Amino acid sequence: MDAITTAVALAYLAAAVAFVVGLHRMNSPATARRGNQLSAAGMILAVAATLLKVINDGAITGTGWAVLGAGAVVGAGAGLLTAQRVKMTAIPQLVSLFNAVGGGAAALVALAGFVRLSGLENSSIPTRVMVATILDVIIGGVTFSGSLIAAGKLQGWISGQPLVFPGARVLTAVLAVVAVGGSAYLLTGADSIALLIVVTGAALVFGVTMVLPIGGADMPVVISLLNAFTGIAVAMAGFVIDSSALIIAGALVGASGGILTKLMADAMNRSIPSIISGGFGTGDTAFAALPGTGADVRRLSAEDAAIQLTYASRVIIVPGYGLAAAQAQYEVRELAALLESRGATVSFAIHPVAGRMPGHMNVLLAEANVPYTLLKEMDEVNPDFPNTDVALVVGANDVTNPAARRPNTPVSGMPILDVDKAKNIIVIKRSMGHGYAGIDNELYTNPKTGMVFADAKRGLSDITAAIKALVAV
Amino acid sequence: MSAGLLSDISIFVLALLVGFEVISKVPSTLHTPLMSASNAIHGIVFVGAMVTAAEAANAAGYVLAFLASAFAAMNVVGGFMVTDRMLQMFRQKPMPAKADDARKAT
Repeated sequence: MDAITTAVALAYLAAAVAFVVGLHRMNSPATARRGNQLSAAGMILAVAATLLKVINDGAITGTGWAVLGAGAVVGAGAGLLTAQRVKMTAIPQLVSLFNAVGGGAAALVALAGFVRLSGLENSSIPTRVMVATILDVIIGGVTFSGSLIAAGKLQGWISGQPLVFPGARVLTAVLAVVAVGGSAYLLTGADSIALLIVVTGAALVFGVTMVLPIGGADMPVVISLLNAFTGIAVAMAGFVIDSSALIIAGALVGASGGILTKLMADAMNRSIPSIISGGFGTGDTAFAALPGTGADVRRLSAEDAAIQLTYASRVIIVPGYGLAAAQAQYEVRELAALLESRGATVSFAIHPVAGRMPGHMNVLLAEANVPYTLLKEMDEVNPDFPNTDVALVVGANDVTNPAARRPNTPVSGMPILDVDKAKNIIVIKRSMGHGYAGIDNELYTNPKTGMVFADAKRGLSDITAAIKALVAV
Repeated sequence: MSAGLLSDISIFVLALLVGFEVISKVPSTLHTPLMSASNAIHGIVFVGAMVTAAEAANAAGYVLAFLASAFAAMNVVGGFMVTDRMLQMFRQKPMPAKADDARKAT
């Protein structure tokens, strides 16, 4: 091993260490930013080492430099622009888009390697490379098209409703047969580019048919799963080009996506297979009639709500996706700051699936300058509800439904925030409409609950104004 | 099974285990930046795109290398930038009372 090869290998090792330590520092908001910068430094080191290796090998053509340079400039420019302009509410789409391009790039690396090897005279592709290539194009292909569909659904370009079409199951079966059959034939030693393209095509169509039937509420799980897929696809690309840096980084991402997928599925009380088979959130599922259905709800005016909040010493705010959709992060922060300045203890109870991806609500509140020390996780905050004077629910629905504690309802077994145990409950909501589970929320008919019917932004600013008017007198 | 493949598989499995160990300690508050950061890390595929460009010798190879490097560069640059943007918002200081102040501060 010559000096350059050794230096490059050591640089890859250093990059892998930077990724692991960088991810480790994500365990606290105080060190997380440094951690991400460390990972970025590792990435720069890995790219620099590869550049050294490519120059040292001397095999790259002028056209090779041109396409690499042009691709890097175009891609980096697009990445920079989207990263700077994206709104925090649109982060899930962006992550999904980056999953798509990452998985797509991994598949392209494998395809290019196959094209090169099968073009050489008298060469047969080793089985280990062939297996990795096939896994890479299949996983990468599914990730690419599936993530684009997921991004389209999150952006609202494609209906967030589960889209089911006749013959979908047959089509899925046909695609699986084509992918498996084509792969098996390739492994018998047929170096057919056409066949590999057919397998890739089947994977691409499969990605579309996999994500289309999945409803909007299940998106946190889908993004996490596709994130894991991208990691595995990149690791497979590492097997194809025999690069430990790609294998390690891909495995780390695969593990991260896997854990988040499991956490999200648990938080929604759904199994991963049932989410992938789709059809949830259509609202037409039959369910047992619930006691209290159709009972009267107590309507509160913003002024009534203001009085309750003004005299409360402990307040927990429960934000849900409705708050993010109404862009009311700033209004909720203003109300919380006002209550704190009057001596109340205010915290935010955040359900794991509040938002469109894991931890999304925390980012939205952090953007509005809510200190992260006030953001409480479900297990941490649930014991506090019985000592809470007012629980203020803004745009959250199913995650507060006490019906989850009883068997035989669509939300049974789902971990919920114990909002109904608070002394008083105020819910800001536009109407009595259903959440994604399509059922009535028993919290709304609880005698302790008052409903303020308003859009989250309007409701919050009305209440804040009413409190100011009240205390000014 | 060759020694090279065996060591690649060992690295893969051990990295998965390290990943599980490290990631399971991340609080749910940071799950979105975590996913975004890990997203940026799989931008390492840019290294693969560079190798692809170095080995390309025909039109098909160049087209694939261009697409791979553009996709991977977007992934890695965008991923790290947006994660940094998110993480700089996580702070401990008290809430400013006016909504306008917060908008200016971000």
